[in-house]
Amino acid sequence: MMEIGLNHYLVLSTILFSIGLIGVMRRKNLLMLFFATEILLNSVNIAFAAISHFYGDLTGQMFAFFVIAIAASEVAVGLGLLIVWHKRHNAIDLDLMSTMRG
Amino acid sequence: MFEAIAFYLFAFLTIAMFYITVTTSQALYALTALAAGMIFISAFFFILGADFLGAVQIVVYSGAVMALYAFGMMFFDTTREVKEKAANKFIVTGLATISAILVVVIVAAPIVADNITAYYPMTEGAGNTQEVGIVLFTKYLVPFELAAVMLLVAMVSGIVLAGKKMDLSLTLMSDREILEMREEKNKKVLS
Repeated sequence: MMEIGLNHYLVLSTILFSIGLIGVMRRKNLLMLFFATEILLNSVNIAFAAISHFYGDLTGQMFAFFVIAIAASEVAVGLGLLIVWHKRHNAIDLDLMSTMRG
Repeated sequence: MFEAIAFYLFAFLTIAMFYITVTTSQALYALTALAAGMIFISAFFFILGADFLGAVQIVVYSGAVMALYAFGMMFFDTTREVKEKAANKFIVTGLATISAILVVVIVAAPIVADNITAYYPMTEGAGNTQEVGIVLFTKYLVPFELAAVMLLVAMVSGIVLAGKKMDLSLTLMSDREILEMREEKNKKVLS
């Protein structure tokens, strides 16, 4: 119980991933959806760092760095698109974007 | 002992913060809770000996990404309460199933792959930052450069999307059009 192993970190990462998944599924506001995706990326980063530590391999940390870079660029592009959409429609609700529904 | 205490404390704090982020109806609460959760996550990286990753987490996430969100929220009406989707039975059931499968897969994967060996083992007598530098600039040099190009593309697209009058190009316009545009602008300022 007192010895923290790899499984502890993996379980924590799973819990955080589930929280992010719940956020992605039940949010209607697009800004909140972006917050939930940040949680998903961070939970994966914890798993990468833990595996890197417990197997003595640096590859996990490298992948965590690239995940961080991808998250930063995703935020920049996503917020730009969100601002354009908000200027045109004055709302960022997800339900308004279903214009291509068949 | 202390590692266990730190792990459970930060695990509880992180889960609480992210739970607030996902469930609150105020956008500002969600933003601040998310920033706090990011900082608590960097504590795990410090516990795991990934010092450089922890520092990068604080600088990039709680610094750059949160500042970007804060600037972005100035454009939106954040004082209004966020509307939620009506609870759908199928969605909740599917969510529970997917989460359960994820738990099983993530916990069982290292047990299945028990004979993992390190590709790039840690160097003896080098700090974490040194190790990261050695591996990043030898084995992962090409992905590193690609990430740099990707960040540049993201920066340019962010400026073009969020800036005003970015659909006009001064180099493609004749001098007369540029003068007309300036006069219109002056009229707007005067009126």
